[in-house]
Amino acid sequence: MANRIPEDPLAKNVRAAHHKTEKLTAHRGMATWGEKLVPLGRFHEATARAGRALGSAEREREAQDFIARRPDQTPVEGPYSRVAVFSGIYSNHFALEALLEASHGDGVQAVYCLGDFGGFGPSPDKVRPLLEQGGVLAIQGNYEESLATGYEDCNCGYTDPRDNHFAEISYRYTASNTSADFKRWMGSLPQRRRVQIGNREFLLVHGSPRRINEFLFASTSPDPFFEVLLDQAGTDGLLFSHTGLHWHRRLPSGRDVANVGVIGRPANDGRTVVWYSLIEATGNEISISYKPLEYDHLGLIAEMRVEGLPEEFIETIATGWWTTCLEILPARERASSRY
Amino acid sequence: MSDLSSVNSSGASGTSEVSGRSPASGAAPRVELRSLDTLWFQVSGTVCNLACTHCFVSSSPTNHTHEALSLAEIEPYLEEGAALGVKEYYFTGGEPFLNPEMEQILERTLELGPATVLTNGLLLNPERARNLGAMALGSRYSLDFRVSLDGYSALTNDPIRGEGTFKRILDGISNLVAAGLNPVITVTEVYDDHGSAQGKERFFRLLRELGVEKPRLKVLPVFRIGAEAERSGAYESWQRLRESDSPGSWDHLQCSSCRMVTDQGVWVCPILVNEPEGKMGETLADTLNAYSLNHSACWTCHVYGVSCKT
Repeated sequence: MANRIPEDPLAKNVRAAHHKTEKLTAHRGMATWGEKLVPLGRFHEATARAGRALGSAEREREAQDFIARRPDQTPVEGPYSRVAVFSGIYSNHFALEALLEASHGDGVQAVYCLGDFGGFGPSPDKVRPLLEQGGVLAIQGNYEESLATGYEDCNCGYTDPRDNHFAEISYRYTASNTSADFKRWMGSLPQRRRVQIGNREFLLVHGSPRRINEFLFASTSPDPFFEVLLDQAGTDGLLFSHTGLHWHRRLPSGRDVANVGVIGRPANDGRTVVWYSLIEATGNEISISYKPLEYDHLGLIAEMRVEGLPEEFIETIATGWWTTCLEILPARERASSRY
Repeated sequence: MSDLSSVNSSGASGTSEVSGRSPASGAAPRVELRSLDTLWFQVSGTVCNLACTHCFVSSSPTNHTHEALSLAEIEPYLEEGAALGVKEYYFTGGEPFLNPEMEQILERTLELGPATVLTNGLLLNPERARNLGAMALGSRYSLDFRVSLDGYSALTNDPIRGEGTFKRILDGISNLVAAGLNPVITVTEVYDDHGSAQGKERFFRLLRELGVEKPRLKVLPVFRIGAEAERSGAYESWQRLRESDSPGSWDHLQCSSCRMVTDQGVWVCPILVNEPEGKMGETLADTLNAYSLNHSACWTCHVYGVSCKT
């Protein structure tokens, strides 16, 4: 058989490494079937009969159904030719104030926020009046969904206990310092918006079109995956966030996908600035650019100290390097991280 | 703490508290495939250069239950997977680097998306590690490695993975690190304290001593099938899932978003490859339907929130 890995040379090489020589030879001519050893032929006969073997037309139909468009009734806003989009305020009202001023200077027609008003930072209730004064058009992030529905955790989607430890501290503080009225308002926000910019229609979500807490990192979100995701969502472009790291890519189909950046904390790049995105249409062309935003980060640090927030959160604001949420980072994003 | 940690011979079950429960009855719940995010390949089959006593697929040098996959055999699944929107590719075995085409397979995969290899580290000599480091650096998408280690020292690791393996695994990790890679160390809970905060800290310390600046760790429960069933006992009859265990949705299970390719077709997940009933079809399109959670190992995935991916 072409793929057969020769067994005897290997067995010889590792024999000394094992306490039970019989373990190395137990499978000669045999297969593991559950908890039993059975003759290889018996296992192969059983697997040859198992599962479905569809005809080619059926296969084609099942595959097409699987990736078919899943329509929604989200109304389309706009059209605009220039908008600012950001996410992840994380209670950083200093940066939100700076963002509103900067985007005014950019001459944008609308400002969109893709959720996560709270987390990490102090005094979450200071965010709401700024959002309202600035006329910010927002959607829910996982924080808003959790706060509005009274979940016990932020549903951030972390899998590592170290990530979850700091996520818990952050959510507990935010949940107990956010007014009931603000939480209700969060619950009234949509989870997706569709916005026409130039002649393209963009879908705006917090994590992804299918999950509010999906992480879409540049190094682990491939083009073919996005093409299917955008086909299913029926959109010309996708704007999302959740990871806190901004990046943009033009897909082979010509559609744009962009993680819009967060203004609540730096982008793990050793700088104290935060980032938002500017989306502009000129004729048929779309351009997506990222703008660094300076704000009173020392003021933020002082307020975080008053509120007794963890030094780990403060260090990130002061240095631009993440000290938490590191385990969720893919290999490449982690490699360019200090910690 | 003694280095000879207490052996977790009751597996991940907590059997004593609930023994005497009646066997699970009623139809097994069915899990829809919501999206095909993770595509696995049993790339070296069940052939391994080790014969770990806790291996749930009982891989060993003589286990040819599944054979290795060639690049030519993998290619149609890569193409079909990309068209179905696969987000990430995982390679396991057996020991993936026993596959003579492993590096070419990775190069091709990385054209389509991120790849992760689950390895025991023994075949990661400096030259191969350097090649892989260059591949990771040159690729558009992430190339990541998981290296299995089952103890903080030879005293605890070697009885599980084989005599002399502790040092060889650390050598493999060091070679990856020297090549600029930062593998995730995968630890199974064969000892009670591996999953504790203290236990994890000991692994982190060990890795830092090796020069790993940002240690990464994944802890997995044991699955009481294959060699592990022999080591610590098989599942009990009540350890099966019923609809009432998770009313409404089973989307937290990895089988709602993954499939596993072996030389004999497509299986529901990486755990059940030694169960013919885990096979769902020949092509990925055959396997887009729902799967019945009939197996006791499904119980571990649900109760312990297991995902084989990183």
